[in-house]
Amino acid sequence: MSDALTAVAADDTRSGHRGLPRLLAGLDSLDQVITAADHERIHGPLPPRSGPELIEMIERSGLRGRGGADFPTARKLQAVASMGSSRGGVSAVIVNGSETEPASSKDALLLTRMPHLVLEGALLAARAVNAREVIVKVSDRAGDSLQALQSAISMRSQDRMSIRVVTGPEGYIAGEESAVVHHLNGGKQLPTFVPPRPYERGYRGRPTLINNPETLAQIALIARFGDGWFRELGTIADPGSVLVTISGAVAHPDVYELAFGTPIADLLAAAGGTTEPIQALLIGGYFGTWVSYTNAAQLRLARNDLLSIGASLGSGVVIALGESACGLRESAGVIKYLAGESAGQCGPCVHGLGSIAQAFAAVADGRAYEQELRTLERWLLEVRGRGACHHPDGVSRFAQSALEVFAAEIEQHHHGRCAARNMVPAQAAAGATLGRGG
Amino acid sequence: MSVRLRVNPIACDGHGFCAELLPELIRLDDWGYPIIEQSDVPPNLVELARKAVETCPTLALLLEGDRTTR
Repeated sequence: MSDALTAVAADDTRSGHRGLPRLLAGLDSLDQVITAADHERIHGPLPPRSGPELIEMIERSGLRGRGGADFPTARKLQAVASMGSSRGGVSAVIVNGSETEPASSKDALLLTRMPHLVLEGALLAARAVNAREVIVKVSDRAGDSLQALQSAISMRSQDRMSIRVVTGPEGYIAGEESAVVHHLNGGKQLPTFVPPRPYERGYRGRPTLINNPETLAQIALIARFGDGWFRELGTIADPGSVLVTISGAVAHPDVYELAFGTPIADLLAAAGGTTEPIQALLIGGYFGTWVSYTNAAQLRLARNDLLSIGASLGSGVVIALGESACGLRESAGVIKYLAGESAGQCGPCVHGLGSIAQAFAAVADGRAYEQELRTLERWLLEVRGRGACHHPDGVSRFAQSALEVFAAEIEQHHHGRCAARNMVPAQAAAGATLGRGG
Repeated sequence: MSVRLRVNPIACDGHGFCAELLPELIRLDDWGYPIIEQSDVPPNLVELARKAVETCPTLALLLEGDRTTR
């Protein structure tokens, strides 16, 4: 802990954006794409950094991946760099902009509006891990995001460094690391039974660095302004800023850049405040956890705070559930959607999630109680860790948190009542709309 | 070195032979797929675990850390 503080004091903190925004700097005044010239004007020139120097800076910055796994970025860079040098030197970098989380829109925002920041980070990372190839993976639906990205790519292509965009089919598990690598290797876009992990053998069998666009954008800023600057915001354990897609019962649903350590109540204020009293927050997106608003309001936007109640920010998603909505009905919709998003490869996922979705809908409809509820809870425990990827685990966690947070409501529904306004329990089987298109 | 049981869930089709041969360590879920209750195989069950691995029709059951089988 004291090491981190010393690092702050020793680092040059005179340059760099003061306070917020950092990643989103220049976005408020420019409604358009941030061009190469805008980018240079907003963030200033990029000082030369050697690969090892960059990895050390990232290490001192404490940056963790922003795709949902929270893995220390420097360790990933180091792992690919060492694996690459022991295997003849050629690695690959994948920018994972699949953004398959329905309630997230930060990757699209970064890739459509500030492609230069992401590409700069990707190129810095590529040099640090000795890669000559950068692949930006986006979903087929990306459409207009590709134009800005393609033109940024053509400006930044250099000798001995190929950058290209690859699109792939949509789908919740399509963004999973091994699914992305499998797809790029010419296979179906399905998770594989890992290991090997991508850092060992990924794209074309090469050691592969696969990062979320925000992680790479953060690397571009740290390379400019230093790790001390990065730590000026946030907490010791969670330094820096983070992009959060806030939706639901807030006045202005959008992507916001916030400092770690921000009280959760201020997070909702950042999105223009709430449009009605809030009963619960879904933190971390569809693979996330419901938290009652009473509990959430005690917390800060920080890993340990969220972990203390079993939650995680995931890829940076917060959905506010107003009192007029029915948490059970919304959850049933999400679970039904996620069950349908199974890659269909693993028995416990295909059969387990299908049964879980049906049972949850029955509970939400008030058609099932006690015994069915116990079976549902047993299934939720049994499917954990039994898929090739973490799809069943995510669904299990989400459903479990719904059963806990909306426990009182389950009993109400059983008696044919629902606390939500204008809502009858029988609507529970309706499709998921939670946080989508917001 | 301890010997550990693992299922490749993609390969597994839920034939269920493993749970029949090794009920001490494996049970089936409501859909017929194996749940490994204890992945560390005690020495007295290693022979049976090898047998279960060999019997799996889809080669989905793996015994890690055991040199004499795959």
